[in-house]
Amino acid sequence: MNEALLRRLTPSVLAVLVRRGADFAAAEDAVQDALVEAVRVWPADPPRDAKGWLVTVAWRRFLDATRADTARRRREDHVDEEPAPGPVPGADDTLQLYFLCAHPSLTASSAVALTLRAVGGLTTRQIAQAYLVPEATMAQRISRAKRTVSGIRFDRPGDIATVLRVLYLVFNEGYSGDVDLAAEAIRLTRQLAAQVDHPEVAGLLALMLLHHARRTARTAPDGSLVPLAEQDRGRWDTGSIAEGVTILQAALARDRLGEFQAQAAIAALHADARTAEETDWVQIVEWYDELARLTDSPVVRLNRAVAVGEADGPRAGLAALAPLDDALPRHTAVAAYLHERDGDLTTAARLYTEAARKAPNLAERDHLTRQAARLNVRRSR
Amino acid sequence: MAKYLLLKHYRGAPTPANFVPMGQWTPQEISDHVQYMNDFAARLEQTGEFVDAQALAPEGTFVQYAGEGRPPVTDGPFAETKDLIAGWMVIDVDSYERAVELAGELSAAPGAGGKPIHEWLELRPFLAAPPTITE
Repeated sequence: MNEALLRRLTPSVLAVLVRRGADFAAAEDAVQDALVEAVRVWPADPPRDAKGWLVTVAWRRFLDATRADTARRRREDHVDEEPAPGPVPGADDTLQLYFLCAHPSLTASSAVALTLRAVGGLTTRQIAQAYLVPEATMAQRISRAKRTVSGIRFDRPGDIATVLRVLYLVFNEGYSGDVDLAAEAIRLTRQLAAQVDHPEVAGLLALMLLHHARRTARTAPDGSLVPLAEQDRGRWDTGSIAEGVTILQAALARDRLGEFQAQAAIAALHADARTAEETDWVQIVEWYDELARLTDSPVVRLNRAVAVGEADGPRAGLAALAPLDDALPRHTAVAAYLHERDGDLTTAARLYTEAARKAPNLAERDHLTRQAARLNVRRSR
Repeated sequence: MAKYLLLKHYRGAPTPANFVPMGQWTPQEISDHVQYMNDFAARLEQTGEFVDAQALAPEGTFVQYAGEGRPPVTDGPFAETKDLIAGWMVIDVDSYERAVELAGELSAAPGAGGKPIHEWLELRPFLAAPPTITE
C-alpha cells in the first residue's frame, strides 16, 4: 500500500471533483472516503490507474452523499448524475486548492488543518495527533473551515503570500507525532513550486530544505537543543543543502527579492561555513538589513543584533539591541549571550536565568537554564 | 495555535464579586451553573478550540519518597495550603487575545441569584514545542 502515492494524488482528485461542480466541502469528504476505501481495497486489488480509480470512487461517494442529503431534505438534486464527458484532465490545477485552504477568511490554525487534509491528504486523526488536540475538536475545526470557504469561487487566483505563510507554519510549528510535519511542509511546498513560478515559493522551499538539512544535528540524544555554533556540521545533510542553495540561487537571479529568499540566504550562509568560526557574519548582517527593509519585524532586528555581535563584536551587538523593546520574545536570551561574549559573566548568568523563566518552550528553557548553570559553576570556582 | 490552561481555584484566587458558597445556592442555580459550563465546553468543541476539561476533588494527599526500600510517606490534606485547584479547561487557540476572551466568557458562569460569579480564572500558557527556524 503506497500511502505516499495516495497523498500525492489527493489534491488533484479533489480538484477534479470541484471542477465537475461538486461543492468543496462535500467533495473533500468524498475524497477522504475514497482514500479510506483505497487503503482497504488496493493491497489485494491494486488499480492500473490509481488516480482514475480514486476519481471514480470519490465521485460515486459524492453522488451517494448528495442523494442521501437531498432525499433527507426533500430538495431538488442540483448535481449532474454523470461525470462530465471527456477524460479526466491530466493537468493539475491543485493550485486553486492551495489558495482556498489558505484563504484570508480562515484563522491560521484552520488554514493549516484544512491544507493538511485537503491538499496533504492527511486524516483528521493524524492532524489531531500532530497538534495534540482531540480528534473531535480537529474534525470540527476542519468542517468549520470548509463552511467558511464554501462560498468562495474556485477559479480566482488568490494571494500566494497567504499560502506561503500557512506552509511556513506547518514547517515551523507542531509536534513530531505520527506525521513528520516538516517533511510534509517540504512536500507540499515542492508540489506548489511545480505549479507556480514565483521566486518567493522557491525561496520558502530553499529555506525549508536548508533548515531541514540540520535537523539531526539540532538535538542531542537526550532531546536537548544543540545551538547552531555547537552543531556537528558533519551531520548536516549535504544533499538537502545543495538542493536548497541551487533553488535559492535561481530565485535570487530573478531579482525579485522577498522575505523568504532573504531568510534562505541567511540559512545558506550558515550552511556554507565548514566551522562556526568561518561563518560570514558581515554578509549575514547585510541580509538582515534587507530583511528588516522587507518586513520591518522586530524579531528580525533582534536576530540582526546577534549577527552584529558576531560581525563587529559584542559591544556593537548590545548597541544594536539597545533600541529594541525588551518585551520581545528571546530579547533577554540575546542580551545574556552578548553580555557573556563581552565578558560580563555575572550579568549574563542573571539574564540567562531570567530568559529561562520567560522561554516559550521546554527545550529552550532547559537550554537557557544550562547556560546559567554553566556560568554560575564557573564563577563559584 | 497555542494551548492555554484555564485554572479554577477553590482557594487561592482573589474573591469574586458575586461570591456565595455553592452550598447556599438554590438547586436551580446549581443546575444553571453546570449547564453553562457544559454548554461552554460544547461550544468550544464546535469552534475547534476544545482540548480538555476536568474537575478535581477538593481534598488530596501529599506523597513523598521515603528512601530506598521504604513505602512512600503520605501526609495531609493540609488546611493551611493556600492554593487549591478545583479544575481546569485546556484550550487551543490562535492568540492570547482569544484565550483572554474565552476565559472572560467562562468567568461569566452564573452563580447565586442567576448572576455571573465574576470568578477569577488563572490563564497559563503551555510550553510549546520548539520551532524549527530559530535564527
